Amino acid sequence: MKTRRDFIKISALGTAGATLAGSMLSFGRGSSALDDFTKKSEPAGTLKRYPTYCEVCFWKCAGWAYADENNKVVKIIGNQEDPHCNGRLCPRGTGGVGMVNDSDRLTQPLIRTTVNGEQTFREATWDEAFDLIASKMKEVSEKYGPEAFALFNHGSAGHHLGHLFKAYGSTNITAPSYAQCRGPREVGFAATFGSGVGSPEPTDIRDTKCLVLIGSHLGENMHNSQVQEMSDAIDKGVSIITVDPRFSTVASKSKFWLPIKPSTDLALLLAWIHVIINEKLYDEDYVEKYTYGLDLLKTHVEKMTPEWAYGITTIKPDVIRKTAREMADASPSVIIHPGRHVTWYGDDSQRARAMAILNALLGSWGRRGGFYFKESMKVPHFPHPEYPKPKWSWRDTLNGKYPLAGLAISNGLIDATIPSPDNKHQIKAWMVAGTNLPLTMPQKEQLNKAFDALEFVAVVDTMPMEITGYADVVLPECTYLERYDDLRTSPNREPFIALRMPATEPYADTKPAWWMAKQLGEKLGLGEYFAYDNYTEVLDWQLQQVGSSLEEMQKIGIKKYKRTSGPLYLGKDEDYTFNTNTGKIELYSTEFQANGFDPMPVFTQHPEPPSGYYRLIYGRAPMHTFSRTANNPNLHDLKKENSIWINPKVASLWGLNKDQYIWIKNQDGVVSKFPIKVRITERIRWDSIYMVHGFGHSDRKLSRAYGRGASDSDMITNVMVDPIMGGTGMRGNFVTFLTEEPKEEVNS
Amino acid sequence: MRYAMAIDTKKCVGCSDCVVACQTENNVPIGYCRDWVTETVAGSYPNVEIELRTERCNHCDNSPCVRCCPTGASHIVEGGVVLVTPEECIGCGACIQSCPYDARYSHPKGYVDKCTFCNHRVVKGELPACVAVCPTKCMYFGDLDNPNSDVSNALKNRKYKTLAPEAGTNPHIFYLI
Amino acid sequence: MREELFISGRDIPNIDPFLHIWHWQIPIYLFLGGLAAGILFFASLFTIIGKEKEMPATVKWGPFFVPGALVLGLFMLFLDLKHQMYFWRLYTTIRMDSPMSWGAWVLMFITPLSFVWVASYIKELIPEWNWKYKWIEESLEWFRNSRTPIAWIMMALAVVLGIYTGILLSTFNARPLWNNAILGPLFMVSGMSTGIATVMWISKSHSERKILGQIDILLIVVELFFITHMLMGMRAGSEVMIQAADLFLGGQFTVSFWVFVIILGLLFPAILEVLELRGYKIPIAIPAVLILIGGLVFRFVMVEAGQITRYLY
Repeated sequence: MKTRRDFIKISALGTAGATLAGSMLSFGRGSSALDDFTKKSEPAGTLKRYPTYCEVCFWKCAGWAYADENNKVVKIIGNQEDPHCNGRLCPRGTGGVGMVNDSDRLTQPLIRTTVNGEQTFREATWDEAFDLIASKMKEVSEKYGPEAFALFNHGSAGHHLGHLFKAYGSTNITAPSYAQCRGPREVGFAATFGSGVGSPEPTDIRDTKCLVLIGSHLGENMHNSQVQEMSDAIDKGVSIITVDPRFSTVASKSKFWLPIKPSTDLALLLAWIHVIINEKLYDEDYVEKYTYGLDLLKTHVEKMTPEWAYGITTIKPDVIRKTAREMADASPSVIIHPGRHVTWYGDDSQRARAMAILNALLGSWGRRGGFYFKESMKVPHFPHPEYPKPKWSWRDTLNGKYPLAGLAISNGLIDATIPSPDNKHQIKAWMVAGTNLPLTMPQKEQLNKAFDALEFVAVVDTMPMEITGYADVVLPECTYLERYDDLRTSPNREPFIALRMPATEPYADTKPAWWMAKQLGEKLGLGEYFAYDNYTEVLDWQLQQVGSSLEEMQKIGIKKYKRTSGPLYLGKDEDYTFNTNTGKIELYSTEFQANGFDPMPVFTQHPEPPSGYYRLIYGRAPMHTFSRTANNPNLHDLKKENSIWINPKVASLWGLNKDQYIWIKNQDGVVSKFPIKVRITERIRWDSIYMVHGFGHSDRKLSRAYGRGASDSDMITNVMVDPIMGGTGMRGNFVTFLTEEPKEEVNS
Repeated sequence: MRYAMAIDTKKCVGCSDCVVACQTENNVPIGYCRDWVTETVAGSYPNVEIELRTERCNHCDNSPCVRCCPTGASHIVEGGVVLVTPEECIGCGACIQSCPYDARYSHPKGYVDKCTFCNHRVVKGELPACVAVCPTKCMYFGDLDNPNSDVSNALKNRKYKTLAPEAGTNPHIFYLI
Repeated sequence: MREELFISGRDIPNIDPFLHIWHWQIPIYLFLGGLAAGILFFASLFTIIGKEKEMPATVKWGPFFVPGALVLGLFMLFLDLKHQMYFWRLYTTIRMDSPMSWGAWVLMFITPLSFVWVASYIKELIPEWNWKYKWIEESLEWFRNSRTPIAWIMMALAVVLGIYTGILLSTFNARPLWNNAILGPLFMVSGMSTGIATVMWISKSHSERKILGQIDILLIVVELFFITHMLMGMRAGSEVMIQAADLFLGGQFTVSFWVFVIILGLLFPAILEVLELRGYKIPIAIPAVLILIGGLVFRFVMVEAGQITRYLY
């Protein structure tokens, strides 16, 4: 059935933009022999440096971007003063030069048009593009109300466009990082401690004596300061306990690796709680003073013995006891790490609760080596008129579901876009900035239905990612190395601000998001919300408010301030009120109870793979950030494709060989578009397979990434939604192998 | 003065930051690398062990690559660092054949290239780019003849090994195991 | 199950997954160099023992192939260089540790020497030949008068030329297939054998062919002995050496080695030459061509297989 909105596969554009910049972007390739006479092999020439903070992932490490005489960014080094990186960027940050020097970048605004009956893009001017978007925004506002226009974002662009949307009248602003990633742990920890975890997590890893990782794969997950602190902790002799069905990199550095059966982590956590309570291994003073519900919890876990957990998790009872004692020995310098991407099985808020409860019992919250009290710098907003009050927002579209969701749920907004009699409110148009929804979201079918129903889609991106194929208008954003942005005010042990300033001119006709927001705002008559000509005015004003200036920040890049919210840790016998209903750390969650959810976590069995199928486990690689870096020339060089990890016993059953390419098919019959390379390894269980997320790009304009590896998100058609906050549990998908190219293409 | 490097395999996470940092510092063309990361897996699930190593030219004492060079382009400078002078290299490839570590490659411009211990940074008192960027700080660089240097300290209390010692080249990159 | 893999995406052209930095140019040069060395060695040998009259093809006509072979060989070497504009750097220094440096210099001397040797005999082949300049004629006359000492020099240079390529390969201790001391003598003997085969082919004198045939059979026996010795030594060596030997004993080069190099290139021609000596009429071209092809294939196989063998991964 021909959809109304075609995914535009081949660009009708000439490669004019690419060739114009081609010479500019040739990166050290062999030139003529005559060059040998003039150039030496060592890097020479004077480099100028500019402060910035990285946008390859969301850790936002501050650094210095170095540009040569031709204004080309040649290297990026971390800022020594920045606690996110301590002067050492991760491979993606170092490879950020590839983001700006990528010949496949978007160069020009594009508008969807029909040529000879075929939908394609034509190049347009910024004015044309803005006129079109503004007219659509006005149209939606008049017909349905501005609330019907939603913004999907991830990254700095979202701050500027979010400001625009709020001024316009819509608070339907969402980032997939909530319900597709961190959401459950925010809810679980907030219900327990009265405060979410946030980013960067306030984990005091460098001083911890025991680090417990439930599925977290630090080291492959390259969250810079956490990996650095873990390395420091290893030097100091930390004992790491890793719970993971896969032998991850950090598992190889762990004192204990618990090769748990997938989907059973909650049973293990409950058994640990049982042991710690029954053997009185918890921090008695701390629990007595700061927590509520110990007796209720004790009764609740009475039957959840290690023997009970053994039957479920396949972890031996003595190992469960040994590791519980190991954690308790380290108390309070112990961290049950909240994890990062925790949307696994739909009961993730409860699993996060169990982890929070364990932390509470061991007295790690607010203690050295556990969790510190973070603080971020409060920088006043540039003055603007008050935002209009929207008539409805995303919460109203949920029909009472997911009552504890703290931020907008992306899948919820997608559902609200699909016409349905249940919809009290309907989303009619989207703007998508900096998130590649087709590779990010599970349940591709829902996304496609939404695209069909949408009246208008505008996409803001730096690269021709798959999402641009669905756009009516594409706005080419310049990379973080080519623009100013908001000050970084991430929470840390001490409050810091970091400046981002451009290191080079924007490539071709790309522009920063703050400029796009301002232009659109003016076209919509919202100019008073953008009372400045250049974003430098905003930054200078803001910096003046906090005792600095743009000039100073351009020289130093990052500035530290004194804490004002109190000490990093709880003082001895300090009275402290937590932001919960009871004012204490709630081992028994009154909030969950009030909303009709289990006040203490209960283990539920999750479906297991049918015969011939293997559970799809996905994760990260340290040199890539999801799907956004697969085309980056430097990072693509490090890892061109993902591979499917298969246990040797399974491989011999199927007769698979190393480096063979196979297709995968999931339990709903969806087949991967591209084949994936087989890696036969002892590091994975025989009931599961593992692949790194972010490959299998299907947009041909991504010349390096197209067709490399397979997309795991295509395989995630079964989603278990967390009833508490709407998170989409994605680990309940099972795949089987096809050694030959499937004849019929099943479009996901 | 003898420069050497010590790399702690227990801390390396295989992130390959050293590879891309070297690339941006030294203008290494895409598709080539002066250093790389290997993973060795042993055992059988669930009794598995892995070793992660970042490898590069070992700046050997008994370097076959310097011995076999017909023009002297491949030479050793102060500190035992093995370097190639591009204007003297004829691209014959003998040194590439002679390296047991496959550390050298033929640069697209014609000369032979490899890790230089970032000599241009070391002479200014800075660390090589890979050592300076490593997020786990698992790399130590310094003067082996100085008992207080980073690398000497790293080797004091840990077991260590070199790669393919049977090749007899006396390499100076030590892996703490 | 043991795994060893690159995780930083290393895939350098001509280095990964197997080293392949020397292509067809090198084996062709090795063959031509060995051929030239063999011809010149015997030319000078028989000159020194005063047998020029009995061995005209060896001393006079065989060497006519050498200048062309050496120039072509040098051109092959030049083609193989990747930084060709700088080739002259070879001649700005001599490095005693580098067999390639010896080779560069030996070629520098032996090539013009072979030209002069040929020039000194050209009048015998082409009586009408006229050197336009008197000084050329006079120099050649001097050359002819000093032929014996020059033959000694030429023999020494020919030995170096014939053996240095083998020594060059054997100094690469990173390539287990090459890293044995017998490769130098093996290449020398192989070169001598191909040289003799060429001369035998063009010789018109039966007695000369008989002597050359006897020498060739001896050389082939020695060569077979060296090859056996080499393979046995590798099989008794370290793991990497055993793997290197296995390339010829069941691995991918087994057929090309045994069929083209050993059987067709050495054994069969040797048998034919024995039969020839016994009185059977064998067209001389057959063993000669087989030996030449065998020599060429031998070098191709050694260069390619050697690069595949390695210490790591």
